[in-house]
Amino acid sequence: MPTTRSTTQDRSAVRSLLRLWPYVRPVRARLFTAAFVAVVASCTGLVIPLVLKWMVDGPVADRDPAGVWLGALYLLLLGIAEAVLFGVRRWLVARPLSRVEAEMRSSLYRHLQRLPVAFHDRWASGQLLSRGTTDLMLLRMFLAFPLTFLLVNGVTILVGVAIMLAQDWVLGLVVLGPAVPVLWTCVVFEGRYARAARRAQDQVGDLTTLVEESVLGIRIVKGFGRHRAQARAFSGLSAELRGTELHKARLLATIWAVIVTLPELAIGAALVLGVVRVADGGLSAGTLVAFLSTALALRWPVDSIGFLLAMSQEAATATERYFEAMDEAPEAESATGRAAGPGAPGDGLRFEGVRFRYPDAPPGSPPLLDHIDLHIRPGESMALVGATGSGKTTLTSLVPRLHEITSGRITLNGVDITAMSRAELREKVAVAFEEPTLFSATVGENVLMGAPEGTGEAELDRALAIAQADFAHALPQGTGTRVGEQGLSLSGGQRQRLALARAVVGRPEFLVLDDPLSALDVHTEAAVEAALRRVLADTTALIVAHRPSTVLLADRVALLSGGRIAAVGTHQELLRGNAEYAHLMSGEQEDSR
Amino acid sequence: MTATAPTSTTEPPEGKEGDPFDRDVLPTPPGATAALLRSLLAPMKARVALTTTLLLLQQAAVQAGPLLVAYAIDRAVPAFRDHRHGPLIAVGAGYLLCALVSGGLQFAFIRESARVSQDVLLDLRGRIFRHAQALSIDFHERYTSGRLISRSTTDVEALRELLEEGLQELVTVVLSFVYIAAMLLWLDLGLGAVAVASFVPLYFLVRLYQRRAGRVFRTRSTAIAAVIVKFVETMNGIRPVRAFRREAANDAEFAALNRRHERANGDSLLEMARYVVGSRLVANTAVAGIVLWGAYRVADGTLELGVLAAAVLYLRRLYDPIDRLGMFLNSYQSAAASLEKIAGLLAQTPSVPEPRSPRELPPAARDFPGREVVFEGVRFAYRTGGEVLPRFDLTLPAGQTVAVVGSTGAGKSTLAKLLARFYDPTDGRVLLDGVDLRDLPTAELRRGVVMVTQEAFLFSGTVADNIAIGRPDAGRAEIERAAKVIGAHEFISALPDGYDTDVRKRGGRISAGQRQLVAFARALLADPAVLILDEATSSLDVPGERAVQRAMSTVLRGRTAVVIAHRLSTVEIADRVLVMADGRVVEDGRPADLIAGTGRFADLHKAWRDSLA
Repeated sequence: MPTTRSTTQDRSAVRSLLRLWPYVRPVRARLFTAAFVAVVASCTGLVIPLVLKWMVDGPVADRDPAGVWLGALYLLLLGIAEAVLFGVRRWLVARPLSRVEAEMRSSLYRHLQRLPVAFHDRWASGQLLSRGTTDLMLLRMFLAFPLTFLLVNGVTILVGVAIMLAQDWVLGLVVLGPAVPVLWTCVVFEGRYARAARRAQDQVGDLTTLVEESVLGIRIVKGFGRHRAQARAFSGLSAELRGTELHKARLLATIWAVIVTLPELAIGAALVLGVVRVADGGLSAGTLVAFLSTALALRWPVDSIGFLLAMSQEAATATERYFEAMDEAPEAESATGRAAGPGAPGDGLRFEGVRFRYPDAPPGSPPLLDHIDLHIRPGESMALVGATGSGKTTLTSLVPRLHEITSGRITLNGVDITAMSRAELREKVAVAFEEPTLFSATVGENVLMGAPEGTGEAELDRALAIAQADFAHALPQGTGTRVGEQGLSLSGGQRQRLALARAVVGRPEFLVLDDPLSALDVHTEAAVEAALRRVLADTTALIVAHRPSTVLLADRVALLSGGRIAAVGTHQELLRGNAEYAHLMSGEQEDSR
Repeated sequence: MTATAPTSTTEPPEGKEGDPFDRDVLPTPPGATAALLRSLLAPMKARVALTTTLLLLQQAAVQAGPLLVAYAIDRAVPAFRDHRHGPLIAVGAGYLLCALVSGGLQFAFIRESARVSQDVLLDLRGRIFRHAQALSIDFHERYTSGRLISRSTTDVEALRELLEEGLQELVTVVLSFVYIAAMLLWLDLGLGAVAVASFVPLYFLVRLYQRRAGRVFRTRSTAIAAVIVKFVETMNGIRPVRAFRREAANDAEFAALNRRHERANGDSLLEMARYVVGSRLVANTAVAGIVLWGAYRVADGTLELGVLAAAVLYLRRLYDPIDRLGMFLNSYQSAAASLEKIAGLLAQTPSVPEPRSPRELPPAARDFPGREVVFEGVRFAYRTGGEVLPRFDLTLPAGQTVAVVGSTGAGKSTLAKLLARFYDPTDGRVLLDGVDLRDLPTAELRRGVVMVTQEAFLFSGTVADNIAIGRPDAGRAEIERAAKVIGAHEFISALPDGYDTDVRKRGGRISAGQRQLVAFARALLADPAVLILDEATSSLDVPGERAVQRAMSTVLRGRTAVVIAHRLSTVEIADRVLVMADGRVVEDGRPADLIAGTGRFADLHKAWRDSLA
């Protein structure tokens, strides 16, 4: 009987799985106890046939009623013990393993929320999601089943082999013969199966991404009648997945076949040899029977090794995938050690020699923003104007540190933004994004996200009034109406106004607005502007603007061009003195640059 | 956050007659789950039979082993002593054969069953996806991408477990039960009858387990879907999450959802534990009882000792497969709960269905591509209530460019969506060259009407792929021409790989304005008879918007176009202006006439001119 223990596992697979330890640690006591109970239960199961044999040979044959009762009682007790132990094993791990899975999922979610925005730009959320769902389910199954049974079956095989060698070492060696080829097959199989499993998991991630995009882009798919093309793309991907799964099945079938056939051949050889030796008188018939029963009893533990290894391998690749995301470094808190000092109260928002390039930009490409110097005085609002794609949105994302500047510094009232914690910084700076994302929550919750804890109804109403979002009161459940993906769908203009309300509700000291009025009609825009002007009177604000009407909200304008601030001045000054600005504002005078 | 916040986002609103969408329990018609499973397996009948046969043969080869051992000891040993080598050679050859055959059959069985299950999964995934794509916008606005992902990943996965392991388990279980029960009854009717009688409590145990586990699995399936929805929403909105410091609050909400799944998951494992304890107890008690009774009968002399010995050995094996039965039931219940959810999704009918008897558009009768649009007695109310468009009639002659203006909520977008057939009117009809939109098959409809919206979503893939959505068979030259016309060529060429830049890979960052240009290029490539632009230039800067407008004035010539824009610069290219308020057209005329007048439009126009100052 070959000893194919889990030691044949690829070292890297073992190493991957060892990384699970921190998550398993809290439940280790229960897990180990459960494994121990599993061994005991298996042994109990092995004792029952022995008691039966004893009863038949002893009390029953001797017609001894007391012995029969006693035997039956033993049987019953052993039976109850076995049943309870099996149950105890499952009961011990049921909750803890679910907790491990949940804990790993929460950790992933927590971690992903804190990874740099640049990471999310790169990773499709479907790939992240498949790590958080199907991969973690694989891990839970691995901890529940293969981990325990690799141990239990491994021990069983070792004990069985020891018994066989003790009974007759020649036959024992014959049965052990296939161990080497089986081990070798396992090693080869491991590598190939790991690659196939990894490919399948990645393909599931791609499939998830496609499903997600098909919903997020449903208006485009419908608008162009492209659902057939989408379905084709989907069939293509799922056919690829099917191909990989069939490849996996072929590998699994091969290893099963090898693991089933070779030991069986060895047993056959042992049988023939045994018969010859029994006939020669070199071996007792009883020993041969005992030897072969042991060999046959080991069939299931040996056979199971194949798929236990396969499951372990899948768990190992799932672990790898999980840690690919977990190993990404979260945003470092206060990267520089600069003292947060009192700064210069009343200095406003200042960009000093700010240079920025996306960390994942192709090497050698020029920085997107280079040497930005800009001072926004306290209480002043500054419009940021520039051609499409000039980096305005990027520049605004630097203030709340959604991206980290490459060099230079940004200060709020003289305090370097990297010297304060992100939470502190983002409390000071409120943002309204170009794309007004609302979350699956009520209108009130969505707006009050921008305010400190415990902000009341009055502030909510004030913010809604400023953003001309009073329509919220007329929704089916007023400001308690759920919106977002899982709620009422609002028009682009409505969402934009709620996002604006969210930015102003906390009366922030600094306000960053990225083209906040693009989806509003002229009248609403005028009304919002009138209300915003009052807010902006004592707020330091940076406002990305495309149109003169938005620019007029601001006291001064900065023109972003070629990665630097090309000019600063009032709207009228720039309109007169700067050809590029005039072009951007009027659309006339083509190519005046 | 206010005090009202915490629970309402994680728990479905109670009371409020439980919207099936909110609670993720779309109604599944009775019998739909079983019908779904049947229809999935029906084309596989022959192959399921083949795999079952392979399994039966394999089991036979495996069971032959002990028989050969018995034969070897009883016959081959004495024969060998007599120098007759035949029986031993037969045993050796037989064992060799059995080993090779069982290995080969095992190989064939695993491959064949994987093929069956993968084909079923391929079919099911495809059905879910195609059906979801066929469902209307209003469905997707409520169902969320997260749930659809859950249906096509975790729920499909549950069925996979059933198919890959369930069949094998079920066949082995049934086989062992039948085989061994028959042996027992043949050995001794009384003992056999007791053993078979023990199936009764087992049956009830199985039923009890099924009922309880079914409930738990349904909860689990809903719970994981809720987890996925939250996950997807957070990752897609990561910027505002960060900017508004939602991380901690999200952690808490996610933890609550995750805990619900954890609980359901633990419950399902505990149900299984209970079943294992119960079934083992029944089995082991039966063994003890039968042995006791058998022993007394041996004492009476009504039973032979050898028979009892054999019966006792078979008894153990009789109850061996009850664990595997449990595993089968486990995967069956889990798959059933998931299939129920999938069947519920598949039972949704598109509110904008494909026509039963499709018609084609009449051949273009004019020397320009535009077609005539007529709204005939159209009324529209959203399903959630509230009439948006009271009955109205409108005719847009072929080739006319119509600007639609009005404040938010005036019904402009609804008008556009009705024309694009994202929704069907509650009453009345929308006609394209005299043909009801509802009679046009999708392909024909999209040759006729295309809509560009303000949310310019980009799919994974290259920029060229994204433009080619407009017309998949377009060549690179046509794609570039469309981009050039709209003024997108410059920025696309400046991307690291030009048109082949992957929008998700390094350097593929594309601003909102640039995305809108891509969306325009897509629409131009589609070359429709009727083009609807809903706020399609909102994120462009003024020169960009001007460039688009210049392009539009040539592109739209001869097409019927509906342009919705808040910025009235659009009006300059329009032949006609409609002013909407409260779902009605309140002004209708040539732009110059309206501007010269004293109505709302003159007002709006003046306000807009002022805003340009």
